[in-house]
Amino acid sequence: MKHYDIVIIGGGPAGLAAAVSAHEAGAKDILILERDERLGGILNQCIHNGFGLHTFKEELTGPEYAERYIKKVLEYGIPYKLKSIVADISDKREILYISAEEGAVTIEAGAIVLAMGCRERPRGALGIPGYRPAGIFTAGTAQRLMNIEGYLVGKKVFILGSGDIGLIMARRMTLEGAEVKCVAELMPYSGGLNRNIVQCLNDFNIPLKLSHTVTKIHGKERVTGITISKVDENRRPIPGTEEYYDCDTLLLSCGLLPENELSKSAGVALDRVTGGPVVDDKLQTSVPGIFACGNVLHVHDLVDYVSEEAERAGYQAYRYAAGETANGGETVKLTVGHGVRYTVPQSIDAGTMADSVIVRFRVADVYRDRSIAVYYDGKLIKRTKKRIMAPGEMEQISVRKDSFAEKTPDTITVCVED
Amino acid sequence: MTERYDVIITGAGVVGCAVARELSKYDLKVLVLEKEEDVCSGTSKANSAIVHAGYDAIPGTLKAKMNVRGAELIRRLSKTLDFSYSQCGSFVLCFDENDIPKLKELYDRGIKNGVEGLSIISGDEARALEPALSDKVAAALWAKTAGIVCPFGMTVAFAENAAANGVEFTFLTKAEDIKRDGGGFVLVTDKGEFYTKYVVNAAGVYSDKLHNVVCKDEIKVIPRRGEYVLLDKEAGGLVSRTIFQLPTKYGKGVLVSPTVHGNLLIGPSAVDIDDRGDTETTADGTAGVKAQAALSVPDIPYNKTITGFAGIRAHEVHEDFIIGETADGFFDAAGIESPGLTAAPAIGEYLAKLIADKSGASLKDGFISERKGIPQVAKLPVNERAELIKQNPLYGNIICRCENISEGEIVDAIRRKPGAVSLDGIKRRVRQGMGRCQAGFCTPAATAILARELGIPVEQVTKNRPGSEQIKESL
Repeated sequence: MKHYDIVIIGGGPAGLAAAVSAHEAGAKDILILERDERLGGILNQCIHNGFGLHTFKEELTGPEYAERYIKKVLEYGIPYKLKSIVADISDKREILYISAEEGAVTIEAGAIVLAMGCRERPRGALGIPGYRPAGIFTAGTAQRLMNIEGYLVGKKVFILGSGDIGLIMARRMTLEGAEVKCVAELMPYSGGLNRNIVQCLNDFNIPLKLSHTVTKIHGKERVTGITISKVDENRRPIPGTEEYYDCDTLLLSCGLLPENELSKSAGVALDRVTGGPVVDDKLQTSVPGIFACGNVLHVHDLVDYVSEEAERAGYQAYRYAAGETANGGETVKLTVGHGVRYTVPQSIDAGTMADSVIVRFRVADVYRDRSIAVYYDGKLIKRTKKRIMAPGEMEQISVRKDSFAEKTPDTITVCVED
Repeated sequence: MTERYDVIITGAGVVGCAVARELSKYDLKVLVLEKEEDVCSGTSKANSAIVHAGYDAIPGTLKAKMNVRGAELIRRLSKTLDFSYSQCGSFVLCFDENDIPKLKELYDRGIKNGVEGLSIISGDEARALEPALSDKVAAALWAKTAGIVCPFGMTVAFAENAAANGVEFTFLTKAEDIKRDGGGFVLVTDKGEFYTKYVVNAAGVYSDKLHNVVCKDEIKVIPRRGEYVLLDKEAGGLVSRTIFQLPTKYGKGVLVSPTVHGNLLIGPSAVDIDDRGDTETTADGTAGVKAQAALSVPDIPYNKTITGFAGIRAHEVHEDFIIGETADGFFDAAGIESPGLTAAPAIGEYLAKLIADKSGASLKDGFISERKGIPQVAKLPVNERAELIKQNPLYGNIICRCENISEGEIVDAIRRKPGAVSLDGIKRRVRQGMGRCQAGFCTPAATAILARELGIPVEQVTKNRPGSEQIKESL
């Protein structure tokens, strides 16, 4: 069985950044396994700009952003395999991958970085009543068909869900001559970035209907229309509020789900809220030597944060494979309080932590003029005022090692306060 | 010129294909007419996928006979024709001690119908075998011979084997009228006229149409819609047997069952409707199914739902199957509702024999009795999988990542006869797009492969019948 020091599952933004960082740290024996026919992952179909403002201080398109990392991978000569899909990972870090060229191959890794990304929630999982005709696409599938394959999926479009891909596709399809009738969002707030609401909907006069959902799909062969209804505070449709929209296409942008089937096959413990692995401050999962980053860990809204996170995972994978990590023994648990849905990481090893650890999280509702509060074992440590917080925009705090100087806490709690 | 056949079968559902396969043993020129673009496109594609043991039907009825014989045939044919089947057994639950006599009634019926392996067990015994069952379960009828089957796989297997033995298939051809012509019939379709000596009416929810033109005794099919919820394979192990409740007048009630592919299936509802093509799902229907299923299994993880669907059963007002020569040369397989899927091979065997006797046709030489399914590459041991990919690298190009389906399997699905001509046709043959992402990732690739194989532009690739094109235009 062939051995690699580090195997990175996925050649998208997370996998690329992890590979680059592991190499820069000194790793010499890295392999990237990518299932698609090119590196870059989902960035390849994100041809709009807005990427890289944090990482490169400039506005890049998705493919341009990916190119920066792909160039480094090529320059460093990091080996990668395309059209190679991982079918299984064992808890002993044995990886089975399948490709037309090589068949079914099992390899062994000193450390693994999980970077498989996420998938979109499909119509069936949403339980939208009605027929099951052609013309219903997740926004990302429509985006791929348009930007990679070169096909327009519809002319009269209704979009359910205000996730970022849906918003981007509202603008994109409008620019290609389709009529985007409306975007409906189940929640009383948008799931996407505010800048996308402004640039993709408002600038094109596309209405956004909050607290609305699709309650019927019409059309036996192809979508002929949809009915939407207003929903009450429990997200249940309110009878009598039905509105019919004539359309040939329904796009769904109703949430992304980290794709962790392989993680499960390796025995990696998952977080019920994020859908991704439970990790420590090294981004190491419950299985030693298996690390996770990017959208497989938790769904991000900015690729810049994916890159930053993946760089940490790549570096830590290198250290693990090189035998440089030890267990510090003092585990600090991160828990959430009011208004916070989850944190990543879920724990910090106080003995081996870096001087400062970034903890990312999402809030549960839209909050104006509230504070993020951090408690160590129930004692208030820090309170930061925020003008606005929304579930669509990831928040972060940093936990400094020197803040444990007096006493290492058992638990750190993050919550939203007045 | 009018095409001339010995037998024309209307409907390429599981019954039509089972009849075709059995008739293909004889020296007969047989055609299957189907109004949709593919086999298994009506009732056969959206049902509970159950092989019923045979204790429901009233002894002496055709339903009873065909059920018990059909279940036996499926067990054998699943091997010779290579389709997925599992004898997982079933429970019929009752929730009140006072209802135990009703279980006993089913038990007695089963004995009369010749069903083996029946027993009545206590609620505790049932829970010991199926820990997810409700505390309220008072007793259960356990049928060890009940099973689950892939309805698509079985129908396709019958169709492919029939085609291998010379049966012709014509799709997107709708029988609109039937006329007597000499000793035979002329079938008038939207694609022209077809002459045949004998007709097999296997038109499912439309089976009363031709029947009532030809036969004196009218029948009436009431379309009865059933909604289902399908859960991810992660939830597939919640129960290991098919869990029924005591039947009602609308059928066998809501079941909770594993599928042969490892998913969890919940349903159906039962609502009589007017439109025979009305396969809409409804909020109320889904809610009703969930509420009723909760009586059997209280904690079903609906957050693992991957899709919902509805199918139409052909409920006939006389309550039994109508099978046999109902007018001279006109053979019915009408009103085939549950246990129709189970009964299908028995119906095929029975009708083929009647037609062979009537026509005097003899068994032909060189009948191919076996059929090999499309390889399920991801289920092979690693070395066999590697070997297969070496022979045909397309088996190593994974298109559907949720179900691990390769390009080779998709190409097979299209190139076999009768092959897939639509995305749904591929899905039903090899499960591409049937997993948890519900074809989100693999739709672009599958569309491209279908266009390439059929030699058509992608704009003409359909989900199922014409009008269901996915792509509006090339940019």
